[in-house]
Amino acid sequence: MLEDKSHFRGVWVFLEGRAGGLRDVSTQLIGEGRRLADLRGTPLTGILPGHGVDALAERAIGFGLDRVIVVDDPMLEIYRSRPYAQVMAQLIRRQKPEIVLFGASKNGRDLGGRLHAILETGLAADCVKFDIDADGNLDMIRPSFGGKSLAHILCKKHRPQMASVRRNVFVAPPHNPDRRGEIVHERVELSPQDLDAKLLEFDEFTKEGGLRPEEADIVVSGGYGLGDPKNFQLLQDLADRLGGAIAASRKAVDSGWVPKTLQVGQTGMTVRPKLYIAVGISGAVQHLAGMQESDKILVINIDPKAPLFEIADYGIVGDLFEVLPEMIRQLDALKGGGVAGQPVLPAEAR
Amino acid sequence: MRIIVCIKQVPKAQELQVDPVTQTLKRVGVPSEINPPDANALEIALTLKDRHAAEVVVLSMGPTSFDESLERAVAMGADRSVLLTDRILGGSDTVPTAYALSETIQKIGGYDLILTGEETTDASTGHVGPGIAGHLDLPQITYVSEVRIVDNTVRARRTAEDGTEWWQTNMPSLCTVNFGCNKPRSPTLTGKIRVKRGGVIVHWSCADVGIDPKKVGLLNSPTIVAKVDTIRLPPRAGRIFSGDAKESVRALLDALIRDRVVAP
Repeated sequence: MLEDKSHFRGVWVFLEGRAGGLRDVSTQLIGEGRRLADLRGTPLTGILPGHGVDALAERAIGFGLDRVIVVDDPMLEIYRSRPYAQVMAQLIRRQKPEIVLFGASKNGRDLGGRLHAILETGLAADCVKFDIDADGNLDMIRPSFGGKSLAHILCKKHRPQMASVRRNVFVAPPHNPDRRGEIVHERVELSPQDLDAKLLEFDEFTKEGGLRPEEADIVVSGGYGLGDPKNFQLLQDLADRLGGAIAASRKAVDSGWVPKTLQVGQTGMTVRPKLYIAVGISGAVQHLAGMQESDKILVINIDPKAPLFEIADYGIVGDLFEVLPEMIRQLDALKGGGVAGQPVLPAEAR
Repeated sequence: MRIIVCIKQVPKAQELQVDPVTQTLKRVGVPSEINPPDANALEIALTLKDRHAAEVVVLSMGPTSFDESLERAVAMGADRSVLLTDRILGGSDTVPTAYALSETIQKIGGYDLILTGEETTDASTGHVGPGIAGHLDLPQITYVSEVRIVDNTVRARRTAEDGTEWWQTNMPSLCTVNFGCNKPRSPTLTGKIRVKRGGVIVHWSCADVGIDPKKVGLLNSPTIVAKVDTIRLPPRAGRIFSGDAKESVRALLDALIRDRVVAP
């Protein structure tokens, strides 16, 4: 929206519910939104479209909001692009916030992308840091190509300034049940035509294998060098010994060896484990973007010129089919005798 | 049925590496490719064309060097392609890009389904697909891996945050397609011959489409990149072992335990 920007005031965060609570990225947004609202000397508002969400709104206040705008409508019971975009567009036009933040979740991105085109205003994707510049603009900082640099995005004339925020970059504030805030119910005109998409089925992801790479202290990640999907078992065997999770490079996912949900890198997930073990991954920048902030990096590759060695804390130049079984054997020995008789390497991989 | 697939040409991702000395991207001489998620979107369109009577039109916006990717798309099986190419589009962010593509889609007309990749590998915003749906006021289903046409409706399998969803919408609608959800086919000989014969790409300017010059380009984009900081990562120890596997692993585990990275 291009109009006198002095009319725009306040910081908004779009809240997403999940299993009766707030999605973690939403509580993280409240923490960062609080800081920005204080810097601008304006109130912090959470926006919660949904149906029967007053208790959730009440709880959200405890994370640091001044008020929550609830839009309650049966049509908003589940997330749908069009009605949610209608709600946000109407509220923004009515109340003119200066800053609107979304989680960079699937739905947050779906919504932000539609909304910024409707409102004709700037939206920065996947931000990892914010500042307020000398002119009072929001400095929206995001990793740019391959995560090797940080781009500062400004939206100087258009309002509101909108950004989506990467998960697990900001720290969720502690919940204070005594915090008082205002809950405002707003009405937004929706018509049955706004329900332009019908949800036929939902299959929840099961937590296969337990630990997700984003949550693990040790991640054992495999690349094209593994040569065959069944060799991921070798990675799993090592991860099991270390209490870690397995992940993969884009090339391994691309080859159809492991699901996309395990992909580390620019178009996959970002991990920051205590130890990242890269096995048979040469190290394109897109991969680096997803793992370079790991505390320690161990690279196992047969090619001493693999670029990933450049950022390794530890490395072994060698054949992974010799190195991994040897690591597993020695780890078992360290743990006191090991697991006698348990094969550590699938026969096919020998 | 007419399916429009929006694609972008990007530098080939795997070829990009960081110069260890300057810590910057080595871009010189990097070959281009169809943005990989867009190639997955094209594959979905071509699969639908295999099953239904569909015309697949590929649309891109950019310099004429993008012809390379449009020709490849036709060689893979698309029927024809449109390149919106005009200097005044240079520097457009996602707002003018979504606007300009929407106008071009309307000029192509008669569409039933629009497909885009989930995001590009060079800018990674994922904003343009939903932006087009917003402009054209179409139903949108993002992050899909499979699209079926059933009784004149679109059914799409979406990867959401916590699970997989099947959505149904009327046509026309727009879907953005997950990177890596399929294996894009190779160009065929007949496809290559069609490209060679010519006439498979049309170039349109903003004036041809009726795009308002005051709504596109760098100056009419809400966002600007004010500056770019190179991240200089702290140097890492770089203790690399080689030679006999048994010896290297022993030395490595010693180091990991001494540094308290793993517990003995």
